[in-house]
Amino acid sequence: MIMSRTLLVVFGMLFCTAAQAEVDKHARNLAASCSACHGTDGNSEGGMPVLAALDKVLFVNQMKDFKSGARPATVMHQHAKGYTDEEYELLADFFAAQKRH
Amino acid sequence: MSFSRRDFLKASAAGIVIGAFPGLAFASSELIKKKGQRVVVVGGGFGGATAAKYIRKWSNNKIEVVLIERNPMFISCPMSNTVLGGGRTIDDLTMSYDELKKKYGIKLVKGEVTAIDPEKQTVMLADGHLKYDRLIVSPGVDFMYDKVEGLNESVANTSITHAWKAGAQTVLLRKQLEAMPDGGVFAISIPKGPYRCPPGPYERACQVAHYFKANKPKSKVLILDANPDIVSKKGLFMAAWNELYPGMVEYRPNALVSKVDVASKTAKTEFDDVKADVLNVLPPMKAGAVADMAGLANVDGRWCGVDFLTYESKVHKGIHVIGDAVSAALPKSGHMATSQAKVCAAAVIELMQDKQPDQNPTIANTCYSMVSGNEAVHVANVYRFNAEKQAMISAEGGGVSAKRSELEGAFAGYWLKNILNDVLL
Repeated sequence: MIMSRTLLVVFGMLFCTAAQAEVDKHARNLAASCSACHGTDGNSEGGMPVLAALDKVLFVNQMKDFKSGARPATVMHQHAKGYTDEEYELLADFFAAQKRH
Repeated sequence: MSFSRRDFLKASAAGIVIGAFPGLAFASSELIKKKGQRVVVVGGGFGGATAAKYIRKWSNNKIEVVLIERNPMFISCPMSNTVLGGGRTIDDLTMSYDELKKKYGIKLVKGEVTAIDPEKQTVMLADGHLKYDRLIVSPGVDFMYDKVEGLNESVANTSITHAWKAGAQTVLLRKQLEAMPDGGVFAISIPKGPYRCPPGPYERACQVAHYFKANKPKSKVLILDANPDIVSKKGLFMAAWNELYPGMVEYRPNALVSKVDVASKTAKTEFDDVKADVLNVLPPMKAGAVADMAGLANVDGRWCGVDFLTYESKVHKGIHVIGDAVSAALPKSGHMATSQAKVCAAAVIELMQDKQPDQNPTIANTCYSMVSGNEAVHVANVYRFNAEKQAMISAEGGGVSAKRSELEGAFAGYWLKNILNDVLL
């Protein structure tokens, strides 16, 4: 009984790790489309803001403000409306984990 | 194939059709010996170069990538209309492939593909062949010169340009504009969609008008559009023509050019003959010729149908198609080609490990057009995969600029810098 409970925990952890890896790849793929303007992995060379290593809370708040119109923009209010709140979180996690060049 | 090498030798000795064996598969040598897992990418434009880079990057350099490109340098089509306006030179848009080799270990083969054998997973070039596990074809567009009587590649290279692939024709068109007397007519003919870069022709009209305004103010820009209306950013382009270039730009819808006379620079539409001083005709377009080599253009014989989770061809397993050649409700833009390339690269890596690719690809497009020397307008959209429709569908919220601005003009320049870095550095 104790044994199987331990196994359950182990399996649970393995499953979480596997699921986490998949989520990361989806986040990476989502973020990849941003790099035309914001540079590879969010390292913009000028003009558009650098997203690499950006604070997660800040990123999500900016996206929400773009969507609501609280932060005026030329383009980002349109892109922000195309993504879900859940996707904001994924993108924020990905960019927060990138090294700034 | 039941035809043996001996039969082939006998047949050729007897003088029987050698042309039936394109690429001389028997005689050719393997250009780079295939050892581990390999992806071959055909075409080093926005799509192909991005796919090559991201397969290396995301596979931690585990998958070998061979990129075949016929041109020595990368020349950006996006922003190349500014060469006509005078804001940039073609050199400003020209980049080297060296970093893809040095930084990512991509093997670059300069040459032209002559045949593809999907069964033997082999790509043939003039001087040898390459084997692959998966092939990514990013052939861009080719021009259907036969749809415009009097037009052909040699005419386009020397007289009535299309300049719809940035390079020598872009430079020639600029020279033609410079040589044109004040009071002359520049006419551009736009084919029926789909064609590469939907707002591009209207941006070109703006850039030529921008050049005329400063240098040849009595001249005229005439747009002959085979489509019933302006295809993209309509209100913004009309505002630019009316406010920045009043009386200079004339737009004619439903004006399909079916014939040209090279000597007199005349374009014939259903309704009349239009004589120009500088004539610029974009022929109808289709997937680049490489797509035909493997019979990949299965939609109207022009575009390539793909699975949008992987960009694998609907015709052949193991061959992926990306960029302008793809049949989709996605704009044929540089940004779209790079976004498709990344979805494809990620999927190819998963497939080569027998894993399931991302089931929810979601990509964005931002496309700027320069309407003057320093002002731009944009169209932006997010597209997501719809499993029921097996298609990429426009998400909520996309749209165009509220108005043209210098701020967006500055962003357009940074867009170019960042996307070129993302593709090539």
